[in-house]
Amino acid sequence: MANLTINGKSINVDVEDDTPLLWAIRENVGLTGTKYGCGIAQCGACTIHIDGIAMRSCGISVSEAVGKQITTIEGLATSDGALHKVQQAWIKNDVPQCGYCQTGMIMAVAALLKEKPKPTDKDIDETITNICRCGTFQQVREAIHAAANA
Amino acid sequence: MNKHITPALSRRAFVIGTAAAGAGLAVGLDIPFGGPTVVRAADGSPEVNVWVVIRPDDTVVIRIARSEMGQGTLTGLAQLVAEELECDWSKVTTEYPTPGQSVARKRAWGDFSTGGSRGIRTSQDYVRKGGATARMMLVQAAANEWKVPISECTAANSTITHTPSGKTTTYGKVVEAAARLSPPADADVKLKDPKDWKIAGKSVLRLDTADKTTGKMIYGIDVKLPGMLNAALKECPVFGGKLKSYDEAKVMGMKGVKKVVRVNDSTVAVVADTWWHAKTALDALPIVWDEGENAKVSSESIAKWLAEGLDNSQPAFIGNQNGDAKAAIAGAAKKLEAVYNYPYQNHAAMEPLNATALYTPDKCEVWTGTQNGEAAFAAVMETSGLPADKCEVHKLILGGGFGRRGMTDYVRQAVSIAKQMPGTPIKLLWSREDDMQHGTYHPVTQCKLTGAFDKDNNLTALHVRISGQSILFTVRPAALVNGMDTAAFQGLAPTGDWAIGYSFPNLLVEHSMRNPHVPPGFWRGVNVNQNAIYLECFIDELAHSVGQDPVEFRRKLMSKHPKHLAVLNAVAEKVGWDKPPPKGVYRGICQHMGYGSYVAGAAEISVTDSNKIKVHRIIASTDPGHVVNPAQIERQIAGSFVYGLSALFYGNCTVKDGRIEQSNFDTYNSMRIAEMPKVESVIVPSGGFWGGVGEPTICVAAPAVLNAYFAATGKRIRSVPLKDQDISFA
Repeated sequence: MANLTINGKSINVDVEDDTPLLWAIRENVGLTGTKYGCGIAQCGACTIHIDGIAMRSCGISVSEAVGKQITTIEGLATSDGALHKVQQAWIKNDVPQCGYCQTGMIMAVAALLKEKPKPTDKDIDETITNICRCGTFQQVREAIHAAANA
Repeated sequence: MNKHITPALSRRAFVIGTAAAGAGLAVGLDIPFGGPTVVRAADGSPEVNVWVVIRPDDTVVIRIARSEMGQGTLTGLAQLVAEELECDWSKVTTEYPTPGQSVARKRAWGDFSTGGSRGIRTSQDYVRKGGATARMMLVQAAANEWKVPISECTAANSTITHTPSGKTTTYGKVVEAAARLSPPADADVKLKDPKDWKIAGKSVLRLDTADKTTGKMIYGIDVKLPGMLNAALKECPVFGGKLKSYDEAKVMGMKGVKKVVRVNDSTVAVVADTWWHAKTALDALPIVWDEGENAKVSSESIAKWLAEGLDNSQPAFIGNQNGDAKAAIAGAAKKLEAVYNYPYQNHAAMEPLNATALYTPDKCEVWTGTQNGEAAFAAVMETSGLPADKCEVHKLILGGGFGRRGMTDYVRQAVSIAKQMPGTPIKLLWSREDDMQHGTYHPVTQCKLTGAFDKDNNLTALHVRISGQSILFTVRPAALVNGMDTAAFQGLAPTGDWAIGYSFPNLLVEHSMRNPHVPPGFWRGVNVNQNAIYLECFIDELAHSVGQDPVEFRRKLMSKHPKHLAVLNAVAEKVGWDKPPPKGVYRGICQHMGYGSYVAGAAEISVTDSNKIKVHRIIASTDPGHVVNPAQIERQIAGSFVYGLSALFYGNCTVKDGRIEQSNFDTYNSMRIAEMPKVESVIVPSGGFWGGVGEPTICVAAPAVLNAYFAATGKRIRSVPLKDQDISFA
């Protein structure tokens, strides 16, 4: 049993301490916007925020996340439902294709913009390392700049 | 092609399919005594026909039979229906009919398969007719109500106007009456000229984006059903090997474990409360495999066997031939010969394969992302042993397909597990490692090309000899033509959707078929990927060997191929071929044809340390005949370059001891945003035909870069991937 704080709510999760946070979020908490893609922190589909920093939840155990502020894609919008500016830019720029990697991509970008509100292309290249097999990178880059300027 | 409502069902209201999750729809049939028939959607709204449901609030529900996996087909098909329907685009929503409903209604929605870049081009005619037919019925209903001739009424933006009186009504108000009318005769249904399109042909935003940005979109992996358990599986690592035994006692006590199941001859699964528990127990399960003879096979042994097929003495199928290429080569003043090869590659769609199955003796339902709903349905019938009226497949949005989700292995496995646990929904999820090591791989081939010149450096003959694996031999043997896999000649065929873009005085294209034990499959672009490298890099070699400009050399061979030439010229113009590139930048160019579309590409690259490539700029042109959504075509072009360049730089699934060595993205890499070149699309539709979009441009990605690499370094790369040549992204 572990007590996690997810999207501002305190939640008791009945799992072993070494369970990857990804699976606790998906299977025990039931928030499925965080995606499984590789399980070895390579692809970034499971990116969430831990204390505001983008992390790959497949590589973090539940015990490591206790006492931290966990934000998933479901918690990115404000409590009144207004979408985050990255989500808005994604919609306006028609970024997603299959969309499976995009929630992780959006979480990674939201964290980047928090740290660097006006990222350069070089910042983007160095920070955004998520895999997208559909190949949406051109629109991702455009939408990051659009969100930064929104 | 247009199939109208066929209410061949019993005289009572009923509901097919309960979509507990996902995008299935329920259909009710309302047949009042003595009156005409109306088929109703789950919420009671009437169908005007199988493609169009209109709600009283004017919402237009357009049915989409093809699968959406990112390629934009869902939006494109809706645009085509809406265009003819003359409806308000802002009120359009979509839903998938289920394969079970389609079977029950005599395949009312036609083909569900979504591969071969066919989603729009092979259904555009009947879905447009569906929209036009519905519009005519709605206008007729209004005319009937007003007691005026239909010729005095017009429809636009979901509103019907009686022009002489100025009276108006909306689709939602007349739909009940329209749904009771007989559809007009096929001959009376006239489709618009594409030049008059207002919704189709435009870059409208996709209809499926919002939920993909909030985490609300439900993919197969996200399905939840009451009482559902989760399954993880292991398949014999050697293809063709068998499951000998396993010791379930060792894991039955582990947390959450409910059952260990023999899935089929080669596969065992653990079923548990959560997938993580199932996977943890599976990893602890002692399993004994009978790996069989295939365990001796390696990439090296396969390469040796394929190389033997390059020898002209070996039997081969002829895919294209004119003149006598062998004689012309024998008597040539000058010859050039080169051998290329292409490896096994995995699809690696971002969403690992999965299917959720619920079996009872009376019904078997499956929830899954599939590129072929009807093939999945047939797989459910076959594995469950139940008849069609007791089976159903609920399709979900796919987290990528690229050809892999046209296969049904994962659906069969889910049903097999569920059948051993009747009444309990089972979600089977593959790990990424399962996906990497049990793919249906881009087939392995080698190719020897020989060109001949006369003493004046005129090309007199080309001989293309491919040796290697056939996809159809394994996947669709009934499609072989006297043993020949015609798909092996994609882009090298004499005419049609796969026509070669050159005329040679003497030409011979042949295929020595050799089928290793590694299962092949359709992989975005399929055989144009390697065929375009073989032909377009070798044409480049031929041009350079006689000191000619690669574009001019091609043009001389293309006078009888104006559409191929037009896209090549479009790319040459856009990249500025007649002017030198910036200092330190080098260019490569190529053209090909696939899926009925003409494509060409050019790359501008720089190379540092002789082995680090920076791709500065990609120009890609396509002539797909008609354009339904330009912005989506641009995205398919850019995306196909990511997929194609990932394959060129990284893609190699090697075989050792009969199994695939790579297991995840750490050993089978994929391009990141930092490596993404700027892709400039040049879309030049010439009309008169419908070509594909999702796949064709992928095949010009690799040859454009390889030809640019030669221009930069003087080194010709004839083997994929580049990482194995110690070449990387800068």
